[in-house]
Amino acid sequence: MSELQAKLQEKFAERDVRFMAFKDELTLEIARADLLAICHDLRDAGFDMLVDVCGVDYLHYGLSEWQTTAATGKGFERAVDRDALANAPMRPQRFAIVWHLLSIKNNQRVRLRVFLEEDDLHVPSVTAVWPAANWFEREAFDLFGVVFDGHADLRRILTDYGFVGFPFRKDFPISGRVEMRYDAKTRRIVQQPVSIAPRVLEPKVIRSSGGDA
Amino acid sequence: MTIPQERTMPEIHNYTFNFGPQHPAAHGVLRLILEVDGETIVRADPHIGLLHRATEKLAETKPFNHSIGYMDRLDYVSMMCNEHGYVLAIEKLLGIDVPVRAQYIRVMFDEITRILNHLLWLGAHGLDLGAMSMFLYCFREREDLLDCYEAVSGARMHATYYRPGGVNRDLPDKMPQYQASRWHSAADVAKRNANRQGSLLDFIQDFTERFPKCVDEYETLLTDNRIWKQRTVNIGVVSPERAIALGFTGPMLRGSGVEWDLRKKQPYEVYDQLDFAIPVGVNGDCYDRYLVRVEELRQSNRIIRQCVDWLRHHPGAVLSADHKIVPPKRVDMKKDMESLIHHFKLMTEGYCVPAGEAYAAIEHPKGEFGVYLISDGANKPYRLKIRPAGFAHLAALEELVRGHMIADVVAILSSLDIVFGEIDR
Repeated sequence: MSELQAKLQEKFAERDVRFMAFKDELTLEIARADLLAICHDLRDAGFDMLVDVCGVDYLHYGLSEWQTTAATGKGFERAVDRDALANAPMRPQRFAIVWHLLSIKNNQRVRLRVFLEEDDLHVPSVTAVWPAANWFEREAFDLFGVVFDGHADLRRILTDYGFVGFPFRKDFPISGRVEMRYDAKTRRIVQQPVSIAPRVLEPKVIRSSGGDA
Repeated sequence: MTIPQERTMPEIHNYTFNFGPQHPAAHGVLRLILEVDGETIVRADPHIGLLHRATEKLAETKPFNHSIGYMDRLDYVSMMCNEHGYVLAIEKLLGIDVPVRAQYIRVMFDEITRILNHLLWLGAHGLDLGAMSMFLYCFREREDLLDCYEAVSGARMHATYYRPGGVNRDLPDKMPQYQASRWHSAADVAKRNANRQGSLLDFIQDFTERFPKCVDEYETLLTDNRIWKQRTVNIGVVSPERAIALGFTGPMLRGSGVEWDLRKKQPYEVYDQLDFAIPVGVNGDCYDRYLVRVEELRQSNRIIRQCVDWLRHHPGAVLSADHKIVPPKRVDMKKDMESLIHHFKLMTEGYCVPAGEAYAAIEHPKGEFGVYLISDGANKPYRLKIRPAGFAHLAALEELVRGHMIADVVAILSSLDIVFGEIDR
C-alpha cells in the first residue's frame, strides 16, 4: 500500500492532496476543484471501478451527550445532556462526500474525500468517469442535499414522492418531521407534524481508548 | 393519387405502464415504469425506496452491537453475510483478534448462506420463467439449511449470530428433532429425524453429501432445457468492460467473464486456507449468470465440507476473551466483581470504538457488500454506509433491458438477483 501511496504522491505532486493511511486503507483528501481531474487520472491509473459514493455530515462529530463526571450524584436522566447535540457549533466544512474506488486490474483500493461548506453544497458529478456513480450520487443528493453538477438525472431516489428535507443530516430528527394518518372526516390520508417527542435512549458517550470502558 | 388523411395509419404512440410495485415478478417492491414501442422496451425507470427504513440512520442512534440484528434485515435472504460485513468493519476499527474456530464457523455459515441465497434465486428465477417445479425443489433444500440457522441461533432467518470478536455461541452438540404430533406419526417423525441424531456438524456433513445430487437434479431440469435456453441465452448481455464500469460485482461480474472474487483476491477470515474454484461465464447473458450461480452452489458445498472437517478436530473458543468488547460469561459474573462491571458497562453503554474510519467488504452472494464505518470514538457509529451489491446492478437495469421484449424484462430482472431489503436499506 505504501507503494501505491508513493506512486500517487508523485502523480499528484502539484495538486493540493492530503494523504492518509489508516488501517491499511489509503485516503486522499482533495479539493473540489481538482476532483474531476484526479478522478480521470485515477481511472487511467487502473481504478476502473467506482464502488461507492457516500455523503457524511460532520455536524455532531466528536460531541457527546453524557457528562459522567458531573453526573455521578445525580443519576441517569440528568446526566444526559439533551441540548449538547442540538446546540452543536457550526463547522466551516460540515459535509463531505466520500468515493471508494477499486482497481480490478491491480487489486487496490483507494478512498477520496472532498469537504464541502454548508452554504455551497455543490460537487462535480463523476458519472462521466464511472457510469456506476449515477444512482449513488442520486442517493447522496436525496439524503444529504448535496448537488452533483453535471448529473443528467438528479432526482430523489430512496425517500417517498414529495418528501421534504434531507433525512440523513444530523439535524434531521430520527422520528422525522411529519406523520401520516387516515382522516375519517375528509376520508383521505393527511400529513401532520409528528406527535412523538424525540428522546435519547442510550446516550452517546465518548471515552478515550484505554480508559475505563 | 392521394389517400385521404383519415385512411392512413393512425399515429402510434409509445405506451407507458407500471410494472409493480405489486407484481410477483418484481421481486419485492420495485416500481418499474416501462415505456414500450409495441412490445419493445424503449425506456425503463426503476423507482426504488418503497422499503427504505433508514437502517444507516437508525444505526447512528444505537450502540454498535444493537445494529447487528438490523443487518439481517438488509438482504433478508443472505442474513449472516450482512452481519459479517458489519462485524468485520467494527473489528477492523477495534483491532481485535477473532479466534480461528470462530473464523471457520463464520466461513461455514457464509457459505451456507450463499447456498440459501442462490437456492432462493434459482427457485424464483425458474418461477419467473415458467419452471414452477424448481421452486419446490429449491425450498426443500433451503429448509434443511434454515434448520442449521435455527440450531445455532434460535432463529430461522434473522439470526443475529455474529459478534465483533467471534460468534455468539459454539455449534450445538445436538441437532433439534421433530416431535410426533397429530399430523405426524411417530414412524413418520423417526424417518425425518434419521439424519438429526448427531450434532449440528453431522447434520451439515450429511447435507453436503446429499447436496451435489440435488444440484444435478436442478441441472437436469434446466441446463439443457430448450425453453430455458430460449428464455435466457443472449438476453441481457453485458460486456466485461461495461460490467466493471457499471460497478457490477459478484456473479454479475463473473458472468461477464471477469475473474474477480474477494474471497480469492482480498481474502478475509480463513478463505486463503480453503480450496475452491471461481466459476466465470463467457457471454455475460442471463444463461451464463445462471451457470455461474449453479457452479457456486457446488463450490460453496465444497467449502462447507472443508470447514466441517476442520471444526470437528479443533475445539476451542469462539469469542474473543477481551471483556472490554465481549460480555463475560454469566457464571463469572456471579463470583467476579470485574466481570460484573464489564457486563454492566457493556449492557448499558456498549463499547467505544476508537475514532477513525474503515471500509470492510465481503463477497456477499450478490456481490461486494461493503460497510463503511466512521467512528468519532463514541459507543455508536458516527456514520454507517452500506454498499449494497444489488443497488449498482439495478441501476444498470435500463441499459440491460432497452431493446428487449417485455417478457425479457422479467428474465433480466430476476437474473440480477435483487432483494429490496438491501437496495432500499
